[in-house]
Amino acid sequence: MMEAFKHLIDTLSKPTILVSFTFIIFFFVFPPTDWFDKWHRRLKFDGLWSVKSFWIITALLVGFFVFGLGDSDFRSIMLKPDNVPIAGLIFLVFFFTWLSMNQAYNNDKLVEAGQPVDEQYDAPNDKILVWPDLVYIELITIILFSAFMLVWSIGLPAPLEEPANPSESPNPAKAPWYFLGLQEMLVYFDPWMAGVVLPSLIIVGLMAIPYLDNVKEGSGYYSFKDRKLSIAIFMFGWLVLWNLLIVIGTVLRGPNWNFFGPFEYWDSHKIEALTNINLSEFIYVKWMSSGLPGNILIREIWGMVLVLGYFMILPPLLAKTWLKNLFDRLGVARYSLFIVLILAALTLPIKMYLRWMFNLKYIISIPEYFFNF
Amino acid sequence: MSEKKGLLKRLAEGQVWTSIFRGGGVPKSRRQRMMVILNSVFLHLHPVRLPKHAVKLKFTWCMGGLSFFLFLILTISGILLMFYYRPTIEYAYVDIIDLAEQVPFGIMREIHRWGAHAMVITVWLHMFRVFMTGSYKPPREFNWAVGVILLLLTLLLSFTGYLLPWDQLAIWAITVGSNMARATPFLGSEGPGAALLAIGDINFVTMASDVRFALIGGRFLGEATLLRFYVLHCIGLPFIIMIFMAVHFWRIRKDGGISTPM
Repeated sequence: MMEAFKHLIDTLSKPTILVSFTFIIFFFVFPPTDWFDKWHRRLKFDGLWSVKSFWIITALLVGFFVFGLGDSDFRSIMLKPDNVPIAGLIFLVFFFTWLSMNQAYNNDKLVEAGQPVDEQYDAPNDKILVWPDLVYIELITIILFSAFMLVWSIGLPAPLEEPANPSESPNPAKAPWYFLGLQEMLVYFDPWMAGVVLPSLIIVGLMAIPYLDNVKEGSGYYSFKDRKLSIAIFMFGWLVLWNLLIVIGTVLRGPNWNFFGPFEYWDSHKIEALTNINLSEFIYVKWMSSGLPGNILIREIWGMVLVLGYFMILPPLLAKTWLKNLFDRLGVARYSLFIVLILAALTLPIKMYLRWMFNLKYIISIPEYFFNF
Repeated sequence: MSEKKGLLKRLAEGQVWTSIFRGGGVPKSRRQRMMVILNSVFLHLHPVRLPKHAVKLKFTWCMGGLSFFLFLILTISGILLMFYYRPTIEYAYVDIIDLAEQVPFGIMREIHRWGAHAMVITVWLHMFRVFMTGSYKPPREFNWAVGVILLLLTLLLSFTGYLLPWDQLAIWAITVGSNMARATPFLGSEGPGAALLAIGDINFVTMASDVRFALIGGRFLGEATLLRFYVLHCIGLPFIIMIFMAVHFWRIRKDGGISTPM
């Protein structure tokens, strides 16, 4: 019974299933448009942010951890000292997502009823003095947090492994946990994308948010309804593409960066037969049954056309069709930056599925110039 | 009623106390409470008055303040660690062992390490809160961008510190991280476009001149890497992050304080 449950969890946490499930359900939980919002309410997902749901989900999470800690494989990965912050992160991210969405939905109801939002205040009258009203909160927070840090530091020694030995690499060799989302991307991208271009785009994209999101509503208070699109996009990036990938990279990736369920033993001899092939090999070898052409340009022209089309043709096409309203609202400059960032972010899920379904490695592969995409 | 004053009260009205805390005494009147903030170099990071929702924990989550507090904890514990730690391959690892075994009440490294992890999380959650309250909207766009840079610097500080214990965990994590630099377009020896920067057979971007070489001070992780990361971790990045923090805090006030419904 227990074993069957563990096996079920192991199966469900395979990236193909876990990520697909998340992708499908995500936009019904955080609806970006009115159509999704309609289904969001029909499927009763708006009940997720009630106090009752909070306790149910917390109980489930805690229950899962307590149950999991009884398993030696789960224990060894979760209680590895440097992974402890991840366990904290899972709870904190859930708690604060719930807390913000709960307040957002409350405020949405107030706005709908024509009442002022929770944070509304009557400008000069509702002001309070920093001394003592804020200063004592800060003092208590500092004291409690210091106590927490002391207990944590006394209770859990900082990790220290064997002295550095450049000739003996551990398997798997992992980056610090906060970069494991990037390391997970290495499965699907070459290092120049996963380690350099995409992280730079994350930084640029984050900084661009205030300049791209020109919705006036929802400034200075929690809200969802007026900001559906921007919140759904941010949540997708933050919860799925960042935090979920970190959890996958930390907990579910073992020796040789193979996938292991949370209750699975990290067997370094686990073999995953996988021969990934490039788009050019698909076209010339599999479909045309001829050899790869010697000329790089002829060999890679199909991939280049695809990628150029994706980044150059798709944006204006979308602007004329699905995203017409958005295009009208944003204008040319904002829309161009927005769509390029979104399309760049979407290359990750796209490449995930191309890999899982067709074992596709690279769309453009020019190893001669270290250019693989 | 007795006119006799207690010791504390006499102290609070004495010359020494009033010279340090201008105005003296316990701030009770409205005016005194305002002056406390205005007269203190530390407290005057705050405004004198706030909208009432701004002190509600469920609104602010305290995450920005905690991030700053953790930065202070990390600075202080980091300075203490520097007394004991020598950034050379010969000593780094044994100094870390000594920190736990020889130094009385040796939890400074624990505080530093766990504090660093905690700071990464508090900075993320601070960003999340600011996003969810729409506080990046005008006039706070620029301060959001400064915040993103602070987030990046926090991660870089944590990353450079990761190498210093010089154990297996450290060098292999940094190996994984720094190998990516090799693939930087044009600037890395195995990055796309690097081969174009050549005259005839002579490449300009090689293993001994690319951006990874600049980062780790050699072709492989070694003495120079440790020193480089140490200097970046203890001097370089803190120096930069303090400049951005100053701008960040200043702009909060200048952009109208904590965000309020508009």
